[in-house]
Amino acid sequence: MMLAKRRAVNLIMTGVCGLALAVALVPLVSLLWLVISHGFRGLSFDFFTAVPAPVGEAGGGVGNAIAGTLYIVGIACLIGVPLGVGAGVFLAERGDGRVGDAIRFTAEVLSGVPSIVVGIVAYGLVVLPMRRFSALAGGVALAVLMVPTLARSTEELVRLVPRSLREASLALGVPQWRTSLRVVLRTALGGIMTAILLAVARAAGETAPLLFTSLNNQYWNFSADQPTASLTVQIFNYAVSPYQDWHDKAWSAALVLLLLVGSLSLAGGLLSRSRLR
Amino acid sequence: MESPSSLPASEVIAPASEPERSPGDVSARRNAPDRAWAILLTVLGLGVLAAAAVIVAELSRIGAPAIAHAGLKSFVTKSTWDPTRDLFGAAPYIYGTLVTSAVSLVLALPISIGLALFLTEMAPPAVRSIVSFPIALLAGIPSVVYGLWGLFVLVPLLRKPVEPFLANTLGFLPLFQGAPIGLGYLAAGVILAIMILPTITSISIEVLRTVPGQLREAALALGATRWEAIRTAVLPYARAGIVGATMLGLGRALGETMAVTMVIGNSPTIRASLFAPGYSLPAVIANEFAEASGEMHTGALAALGLLLFAVTVLLNIAARVLVRMSRRGPARVAA
Repeated sequence: MMLAKRRAVNLIMTGVCGLALAVALVPLVSLLWLVISHGFRGLSFDFFTAVPAPVGEAGGGVGNAIAGTLYIVGIACLIGVPLGVGAGVFLAERGDGRVGDAIRFTAEVLSGVPSIVVGIVAYGLVVLPMRRFSALAGGVALAVLMVPTLARSTEELVRLVPRSLREASLALGVPQWRTSLRVVLRTALGGIMTAILLAVARAAGETAPLLFTSLNNQYWNFSADQPTASLTVQIFNYAVSPYQDWHDKAWSAALVLLLLVGSLSLAGGLLSRSRLR
Repeated sequence: MESPSSLPASEVIAPASEPERSPGDVSARRNAPDRAWAILLTVLGLGVLAAAAVIVAELSRIGAPAIAHAGLKSFVTKSTWDPTRDLFGAAPYIYGTLVTSAVSLVLALPISIGLALFLTEMAPPAVRSIVSFPIALLAGIPSVVYGLWGLFVLVPLLRKPVEPFLANTLGFLPLFQGAPIGLGYLAAGVILAIMILPTITSISIEVLRTVPGQLREAALALGATRWEAIRTAVLPYARAGIVGATMLGLGRALGETMAVTMVIGNSPTIRASLFAPGYSLPAVIANEFAEASGEMHTGALAALGLLLFAVTVLLNIAARVLVRMSRRGPARVAA
């Protein structure tokens, strides 16, 4: 082939690949801009503190939904963090055999399971026996979603702890379990906190597994055995409603959700950066 | 790389199993808590396997009566879904899931691979580190927010200029015929493409990074242009991994719920046109589960969940194996 032609092909393909970058960024910019510009108008003190107003009435907010999301995610953390971090420590410290490989592979595969499927499982485990939708059921669903990713990232972080540190502790006569807790986990703590914050951010953005576990609630609720509002389910209900007023609220609630998820991720990022210094 | 003095971790970590300790020995007293700690960790580790087992058990327990009632074959092939008469044919949902996922792959795959190549092979390092942030951001946006954007931005956009344009230019294909409603397979496919783009891109980048530099340099040294080096040396080496990345993206598209539910139109029909409203497996579960009219209806929806679970698990297993294979790389290239 002629050199000029080959060079032209090279140039064109470079351009095409660069164009892919532009194409990928268009929806992101559009989405962020619209959520901010549409959502900002509806923000007020009431929006953060009040319960939803009935159709046609002015005002109202998503205070109970914000609190509900935090409450459900809190329950999820109580269940999911010990399980996920524990499994990760197991994989790092004793997971070199066949059992470890099986667990690692299972965790990887589980992280690809659709979240709505996990919702059905939580429904069967919690909602059916209790005969009602509850914050606990939502928390169980989110916990199951947190465990696989948390286990994998904890394993990587624990493996980063220098072996010399562990050996020094054992050589000084510190028992195995205290070495694990006070030396290894302590050293990896910053990283693990980051992983937990990222897992929490992901869980807070989940909608599908909450639709038929924690359901929704028009009022404040902090009982684990009662239906509970969440920001994401509220956005869904507002968005698919036929009322313009509720559409506006969906945008504002989406902005609040993005701020919540974004600040959690950002806190995680800052934490891991300060650890490196 | 291992220095002769460093012992394998397992030998250092397990002093408890040495036999010649007297009962009064300090380390013997430590054994009990050490063993408890080891058992606790093992239980937590096995918890992951238990979680997988519980997922399978619960889905089959809730879903089994409905599958037994309808029969597996008619469950997946019939297209009448009428819970009031206990008729459960899931074909429209399966069809919608497959069509929207296919559309999303057609749109996302070239863009993702182009983007991954641009970032690993072409762009200066500064661009790379700047761009990795928005890609991560794209992956972190909750799906209900994508749905909101899809419903109020994408759907009107498809209704007005895009679908009429497609109908005018490609209207001879059955895919692009019918009324431009906006809500439908095409809208769901486009939103899914946006959502799986970061998945495919980031795993492809990971795979491309494992391609040895010598391959690239050898091609360049033989006088290949940069694109020729990519086409002849880099891409063949990374092929298995990129296929794996695509399968992971597909798995995500199949199971994505909220964004699809909000833009697909929720009509349990099978239509050839991409403009037509349809339905998908996760969407019907999302819409009907909370208000299911009885045990059989709940069971049928759980059976849909089981189907979804089985397909995504198989896809994920295959994808992980492919990505791992391509990480090991060299042996395959020699063959």
